[in-house]
Amino acid sequence: MGKIQLIIWREFITRVRKPSFLIMTILGPLLMVGGIALVVFLGMQEGGIQNIVVVDKAQLLTNKLKETDDLKFFYEKTELSDSAFKASPYTVMVDVNPLVLENNTIQVFYKNLPSLNTQNHITSQIESVLEREKLRVNNVDPDTYRRIKTALKVQLFDIDKQGKRSYEQLKAGIGFAFGYLIFLFIFLYGVQVMRGVMEEKQNRVVEVLISSVKPFQLMMGKIVGVAMVGLAQFLLWVAISLILGSFGMGLVKDSMGGAALAKDVPQVTAQLQEQLDKQGVKLNETAETSEQLGVMLEVWDELPVTWILLLFLFYFLGGYLLYSSLFAAMGAAVDSETDTQQFMLPVTVPMIIAIFIAQTAVYNPDGPAVFWCSIIPFTSPVVMMVRIATGNAFSHPGELALSMALLIGMFIFTTWLAGRIYRTGILMYGKKVSWKELGKWLFYKG
Amino acid sequence: MLRIENIVKRYGDHLALDGVSMEVPQGKIFGLLGPNGAGKTTLIRIITRITGPDSGQVLLNGKPMTAADVELLGYLPEERGLYKKMKVGEQALYLARLKGLSKQDATVRLKEWFERWEIAGWWNKKVEELSKGMAQKVQFITTVLHRPELIILDEPFSGFDPINAELIRSEIIRMSKEGTTVMLSTHNMGSVEELCEEIALIDRNHVVLHGPVKEIRKRFSNATFRIDFTGNPVAFADALAFHGELLDHPVDGTQCTARVKLLHGATLNQVLAATLPAAQITGVREEVPGMHEIFIRAVSDKDPQSVSTGNTE
Repeated sequence: MGKIQLIIWREFITRVRKPSFLIMTILGPLLMVGGIALVVFLGMQEGGIQNIVVVDKAQLLTNKLKETDDLKFFYEKTELSDSAFKASPYTVMVDVNPLVLENNTIQVFYKNLPSLNTQNHITSQIESVLEREKLRVNNVDPDTYRRIKTALKVQLFDIDKQGKRSYEQLKAGIGFAFGYLIFLFIFLYGVQVMRGVMEEKQNRVVEVLISSVKPFQLMMGKIVGVAMVGLAQFLLWVAISLILGSFGMGLVKDSMGGAALAKDVPQVTAQLQEQLDKQGVKLNETAETSEQLGVMLEVWDELPVTWILLLFLFYFLGGYLLYSSLFAAMGAAVDSETDTQQFMLPVTVPMIIAIFIAQTAVYNPDGPAVFWCSIIPFTSPVVMMVRIATGNAFSHPGELALSMALLIGMFIFTTWLAGRIYRTGILMYGKKVSWKELGKWLFYKG
Repeated sequence: MLRIENIVKRYGDHLALDGVSMEVPQGKIFGLLGPNGAGKTTLIRIITRITGPDSGQVLLNGKPMTAADVELLGYLPEERGLYKKMKVGEQALYLARLKGLSKQDATVRLKEWFERWEIAGWWNKKVEELSKGMAQKVQFITTVLHRPELIILDEPFSGFDPINAELIRSEIIRMSKEGTTVMLSTHNMGSVEELCEEIALIDRNHVVLHGPVKEIRKRFSNATFRIDFTGNPVAFADALAFHGELLDHPVDGTQCTARVKLLHGATLNQVLAATLPAAQITGVREEVPGMHEIFIRAVSDKDPQSVSTGNTE
């Protein structure tokens, strides 16, 4: 084994062996999946049964609203006073004014804010009842109405892409997720590189090491070793997420009778719609969910997945190398973690800008800020991922090539720069380092 | 074996070494002395190729040192340090392999050392579980494990109890006898006198003294002798006359000792001839200054050139 491989191996194995690595590996995806699940769950879940009293002065709704296990409707002809409502067992009061057919307005009073699910249910139930009432009053046949009623679905097409529907925003969102992952990893593991360098400096083991290997080898060994830890962790996360995901998908399949995930989702949606229409119910959330799933599958098919993954790897490594070498230089320049503050800011600011710009890129992937930030190496790893996912980057291969070339050039430059700061810094103790001082180190002779 | 030629090193405006030259002979224990901040550590870092000189060169066995030559060196820095969280055996193996040893060789040699020093039980302990002295023993082993041709030890005895210091001392002597060249940087003048055959003393970025310890001590001797005699001290003092100056008054009694500094141009023979009639001389020995005194005299001299005239190469 060459010396640099030895260093890489040590950096890798000592970190992977730590209990914290195992914990993070297991907890990472659990936290992520669990976090999402928790948000969804909490958003949908009610803290028990909602007793909804409908003050139905015009007698339009009484006994016409569909109840669920958790949502019970009660009807009153006269308004309840605030204090009466407070004292009552009802949790929500819906005030339907007598002119509701004209002004289309209801008022909902609550003790605790009802969940979105509950709000949607109340709205859709009342809407459909009022609609039917209006049809009756206006002497319109419900079937005719259904034919007339227009729910406009806008399908976007990119003229350059042979008439395929485009879901720019969704794709941009996926790109943003990849960009965010890069951002996260650069920080997580860049800081690990910095800590590792500081540990060697504080331990004074560094002087022994660099009497055996060149400082640059030691620095690169650490950077590469930590990158491998990051990649290993990432691959494990992907593997665990896939296992958890397929388990989760299995649950979804069971609950939807195995139909929703089939390729002919639109058909299923149509069937569902039909059934629901028969029941006189509007297209409800279940159908919407399955349509969204259909879109997801379509987008997934359309995404250049292989390219995204390859370029993700490229930008991940490029961005990581760029920043971690700066983190290494920072760790070498200071004596303790508290001294890192002054150098931390210039390193973190570009990354935070990158995340902001990437966010705007989701809505406006063609803006000038997005363009420049996807070219400039300090922000390109995050921002370019959005353009790659939307396919925008592939329509401008020159820009993509420029961005990649600049990133390579820049990380070679920063590692060179960091190497020069590093080899002086690791032997410098008890000195408060200024920017000017760092500048001087660049020109010290090896 | 190691030849340092006209090394200049500056850090920004600070001149750390200014035209430093010296020669370390093969198989000898060589003392690198100097007050704090004189440039010893900088010189050692240049020899170990941790930093490079601005000008001048380091020759190893007659050839300019190359990057590959670091495997021929073993270096124990003054500030000791090991990875605290790593196990002793694993860490020693890692450091040895960084010096170019194969895993098998390193394991075999490490086990030998651990058994010889009866510390085999430490192998699977983490360094943070060891005491400071124990960690230093481990570090000493990792410094010499790859059997370097030149071992550079910076304050090797600091932090050791007398027993362990003796252990290290005997290992240094053993390795030197086996032909290893040892460069010892220390402030402990006792161990310099005991161990070193040659020294170089650096002060204010220059070599101010360089050569075999015996010669240097002789050069610093100021013609002072201790003369033991029996007889009348007053008569002895009178008899010295123009040949010598009495530094201490001899103690009264049957057995006296006088410290006599020869006056200019006088020889010991003349002093003895003059005093023989006055007293019964029982012993004579030259008073040679210790390294401690030489160090202080060389360093406190405001003009180092006057001391080093003709001494530096």
